[in-house]
Amino acid sequence: MSDTKHNTEDYLRMYRQMVRIRTFEDNANQLYLSAKMPGLTHMYSGEEAVAVGICEALTDSDRITSTHRGHGHCVAKGAEFKAMFCELLGKEEGYCRGKGGSMHIADQSHGNLGANAIVGGSMGIATGSALRAKLQGAEDVTVCFFGDGATAQGLMYEVMNMAALWNLPVIYACENNGYSEYTKTEEIAAGSITARAEAFGIEAHQVDGQDVLGVNALMQDLVPRARKGEGPFFVELMTYRYHGHHVGDINREYYRAKDEEQDWKENRDPIIRMRAWLVEQGIASEDEIEAMNSEIREDAAAAVDYALKAPYPDTREVDMHVYTDIAHACA
Amino acid sequence: MREITLSKAVNEALAEEMRRDETVFIIGEDVAEAGTPFKVLSGLVEEFGTDRVLDTPISEPGFMGIAVGAAMTGARPVVDLMFGDFLFLIMDQLCNQAAKSYYMSGGKLNVPLVLRTNLGATRRSAAQHSQSLHALVAHIPGLKVAMPSSAYEAKGLMKTAIRDDNPVVIFEDKLMYNDKAPVPEEEFLIPFGQANIKREGRDVTLIGTSSMVQVCEAAAETLAAEGISAEVIDPRTIVPLDEATLLASAKKTSRVIVVDEGHQSFGVTGEIASRINEKAFYHLDAPVLRMGAMDVPVPFSPALEDITVPTPEGVAEAARRLMSGEMIHAA
Ligand SMILES: Cc1ncc(C[n+]2csc(CCOP(=O)(O)OP(=O)(O)O)c2C)c(N)n1
Ligand SMILES: [Mg+2]
Repeated sequence: MSDTKHNTEDYLRMYRQMVRIRTFEDNANQLYLSAKMPGLTHMYSGEEAVAVGICEALTDSDRITSTHRGHGHCVAKGAEFKAMFCELLGKEEGYCRGKGGSMHIADQSHGNLGANAIVGGSMGIATGSALRAKLQGAEDVTVCFFGDGATAQGLMYEVMNMAALWNLPVIYACENNGYSEYTKTEEIAAGSITARAEAFGIEAHQVDGQDVLGVNALMQDLVPRARKGEGPFFVELMTYRYHGHHVGDINREYYRAKDEEQDWKENRDPIIRMRAWLVEQGIASEDEIEAMNSEIREDAAAAVDYALKAPYPDTREVDMHVYTDIAHACA
Repeated sequence: MREITLSKAVNEALAEEMRRDETVFIIGEDVAEAGTPFKVLSGLVEEFGTDRVLDTPISEPGFMGIAVGAAMTGARPVVDLMFGDFLFLIMDQLCNQAAKSYYMSGGKLNVPLVLRTNLGATRRSAAQHSQSLHALVAHIPGLKVAMPSSAYEAKGLMKTAIRDDNPVVIFEDKLMYNDKAPVPEEEFLIPFGQANIKREGRDVTLIGTSSMVQVCEAAAETLAAEGISAEVIDPRTIVPLDEATLLASAKKTSRVIVVDEGHQSFGVTGEIASRINEKAFYHLDAPVLRMGAMDVPVPFSPALEDITVPTPEGVAEAARRLMSGEMIHAA
């Protein structure tokens, strides 16, 4: 593990945020399995170190764009369980008032510009957000999260070209979890992914996405540089999703071996690794960690309970938010 | 007669045509081993191999363009677009290239391809995975548009589409894949531009597309119990549209409701209604009614989503109002 020297609080918060994501996902999966959640959802479990390592290097006014597998980004950028579970269940108090659901979940007040159900669909948005910061003279950095599968979208190459031409403060974060849906990455990606960014003159890194400290250290270097106009940057984070493509993808041995899943879960789990490191460094004891874990579990259980009882939006909300009221602009 | 699912019907149609014509091939995401997320194509790669069932990266404009080029040079590609919502990604290749090539070349370069995709809300998939965008495609001259309402139509229309020398877009309702209907064992094709009178009636004509045919049939059943005799018509293809059958029915019943799952404004319902107004005006006892999906992005929350689409109750209620003369003086 990397040996970056931050203070104890930062380490504990990173661990805590990873556990919060895992706990959120375990509950979401349970809601699906018990038929309490409408529709399907894509679990982030296994990839926690990516979202947390990155978002812990950002400030509240920095922005991100998220994906269909977006619960982790949402938590890592500062969202609360209650409004997240409410959104997952289509309730009025959800972050999107129940209109978005799992695939569009985002706490907008913390700079999350939305989870996107179109693969690669947020790449323009993230780059535009970076352009805005530059035009505004602001220091805000935007991180664009996307999967390995999204590197097949042409849009990515159009916006990376412009971002490089204009030195935009955007960091493209490719979460390479080895699969897009039911297909291995090597079957859909020719050549090297980082080399594609390098072709535009963009500095690119590949990093172990299961090592939260390593991810964070890299970001602690790149984010300030992006603020100074040295961007854009490209980071490929090697990671793994523990569940199927979505919660309904249960019999998946035809495309992914059980052994492989077991290996990642047992030998490379980002939470287990961080926990061992915390104890080894004397930052926290096993008991303290257990206490933290169970507090998070209780917090999640209470939020689930709250969301299950929360009301649906009034049906009058159905045609609300199609257009914003622009009267002030025309006055 | 045996009953099979809509999914199986599509699979059979493709297999039969691929056996019959070696220039037919399938191209799209996760179409081979996975057989698509809806499992519609299961078994085809095993029979026809990976040269004729091509798994692509997540590059919709790319594989659509490749299909156009292959079609122009003698193949008959069947493009699999996982969700109808992704039409927005391929619009240039479909509408500027495939649709116009024959015309722009003065009848020299035709594009015999089929684009298989889907429509339909109420699957709790939110705004980017629930749209019914067939009107968008039907608006473009050069494209034909088929909308199967059951397994029987899905098979017969698919076989005709593959043999058609023009680009054809087929919209399957993603909620109907497991619905069974009688489908003959022996080969059959359903010609384009031939509406099907699903139920004869004298008082009111209900014209429905895709799954809205079932909605109309259920409404007709309710109305029958009240002494209102509804005729139900399924156009089966909206381009070409069997105007003659629709007009004959309108003239017979003198009252018409058009039901379609696309947004109501600027859509299929408006097009059909205005053709009837133009050509059967003096036979009508009431304005032709349109019933489309609400003009809002499809919301995630079940409490909201369910009220955005036409229902049997809504159609029956509209028919009652037509019968009572209430609509004659409607503003
Ligand atoms: C434009 C588009 N094409 C296809 C899909 C269907 N789809 C949803 S997720 C996905 C796989 C994405 O893979 P990746 O980008 O690697 O993200 P991961 O799911 O692995 O996190 C696909 C094909 C989509 N949502 N949008
Ligand atoms: Mg992936």
